[in-house]
Amino acid sequence: MMATNNRLTAEDFSAARKRLLQMHFDSGVGHIGGNLSALDAMLIIFHEYLSGEDKFILSKGHSAGALYTTLWSLRRLQDHDLELFHKDNTLLAGHPPAKGIADIPFATGSLGHGLSLAAGTALAFKLKGNDTQVVCLTSDGEWQEGSTWEALIFACHHRLFNLTVLVDHNELQGFGSTSDVASMSPLWDRLKGFDVNLQIIDGHDADAIRAALEGERQRLRIIVLRTVKGHGVSFMENRMEWHYLPLTEDQYRKAIEELELK
Amino acid sequence: MRKQLCDALVARATKPEMVFLTGDLGFMALEPLQQALGPRFINAGVAEQNMISVAAGLARQDFEVWVYSIAPFCYARPFEQIRNDITFHNLPVKLIGNGGGYGYGVMGPTHHAIEDYGVLLTLPGMSVYVPAFDEDMDAVIARAGASSRPAYIRMGRGEPPKGYAVPAYAPWRQLTCGGGPVVIAVGPLAGIYIGAFEHLSAEYRPNLWIVSELPIEQNPLPHELLSQLEKSPGLCVAEEHVRQGGFGSDLLLHMAEKNRAVRNFRHCYARAHHFDRYGSQKFLRQQSALDADSMLDVLKGLHHA
Repeated sequence: MMATNNRLTAEDFSAARKRLLQMHFDSGVGHIGGNLSALDAMLIIFHEYLSGEDKFILSKGHSAGALYTTLWSLRRLQDHDLELFHKDNTLLAGHPPAKGIADIPFATGSLGHGLSLAAGTALAFKLKGNDTQVVCLTSDGEWQEGSTWEALIFACHHRLFNLTVLVDHNELQGFGSTSDVASMSPLWDRLKGFDVNLQIIDGHDADAIRAALEGERQRLRIIVLRTVKGHGVSFMENRMEWHYLPLTEDQYRKAIEELELK
Repeated sequence: MRKQLCDALVARATKPEMVFLTGDLGFMALEPLQQALGPRFINAGVAEQNMISVAAGLARQDFEVWVYSIAPFCYARPFEQIRNDITFHNLPVKLIGNGGGYGYGVMGPTHHAIEDYGVLLTLPGMSVYVPAFDEDMDAVIARAGASSRPAYIRMGRGEPPKGYAVPAYAPWRQLTCGGGPVVIAVGPLAGIYIGAFEHLSAEYRPNLWIVSELPIEQNPLPHELLSQLEKSPGLCVAEEHVRQGGFGSDLLLHMAEKNRAVRNFRHCYARAHHFDRYGSQKFLRQQSALDADSMLDVLKGLHHA
């Protein structure tokens, strides 16, 4: 499944990160922290893992910016699309849209839907007898939704081995840390109770992500990406306010300068 | 209607794209369907939110998806999943809710579905089918299956009088004729009025209509009914559904928009989720004044109006 000829370079990651920040700055839109924590994995999945009819479902719909940027990096969205992000008469809403973008099969944004949608999609391919892959990216806070556990039970029971579940484990949610809000940390201890192939990796280590995606597929695969909210921009990293806040002009300039120095 | 539902779906089971999901219900009823569909019959367990989104995922990959549960579990628990995952994407998933209205009677209000079609018809593109008689299920499944819209099928219990020749299914059917007012009943409720109306003299006997497909914008009123309404001394709508969002208000809005006058309107509807005592569907219909005797009282009132 891995298309090694599409292997991303450090420059590719950096360019995508800068384009993401530019898009959010131009639109005055927040939710940047969780976009930066998820971006590396999304880039690898789209550039190096998915092929043919494979599907990606962004369950943490508030990371739409990272998804749009990833599609831009593949030239499936253009600069003029990104320039309309979050504006009137745009295709690129604050959360993934229901129609208009072939790479986005479902409108998401209300947490706790994506994994079930992914399970239904994976089951469809299984019933058709083909090996088409489905990848679903959840947030860590999203595992407080009961429906996410319903989906996990279903996916395990139906042995949906063509489904890969990613968890963007940045440990910060809307109004606190995940451990402050709901005492189930670490999440992977809860996940271990299921018959799954569970991998816990550095979510910003490209080679670790690649290796995890090549791992065993004889069980449902869950990859917990240990990530940093606001990854790559020092004043954003691990700070809850970047779940919501947009960038000021000064902050934007500093962030870009920092990324260029790296 | 469960046997008829099962038979109708078994007849479709040869279609390789058909999938049936149940929320752990159907014991002693759906086993033939389970056998016919094999791996395409999926007991999704006691997890309705997941079941609806899984259905959406399957439908997105061109499967013909039917979802079954007790009516309230089918739409109330997973409402957001129906809204976001099915209707926002206009996926033709068919939801089948058994025991619509007060159908689960003495099981209590957690099992009643008296706001089901009102709630669901607020969603984009949604169709609702309310079969009135057991014999309707074949046609309802065929019509819902052929539709490209998401749909909800509110199943109940057909209650025609003994020996009654059930007319062939149609979205609108006239069951009794006379010189009295027009009565429109939604779904199976019509069955309990037929016998009572047939005993009335032709002069006072209502023109009883049954409507089985909603909303009106997808199933316009037939000309014959419209012409009866022009001459009718009154109109009564009866539905086992709460007043808000019901067929009665949809009908009046429709008539008002078309500048058609409605004289002496009466609305018989499900009056409460909770009464002082629990009871059967028949008992709860009496509490709501939806039973045949209450309907006859309404008609008397209309006669003197």
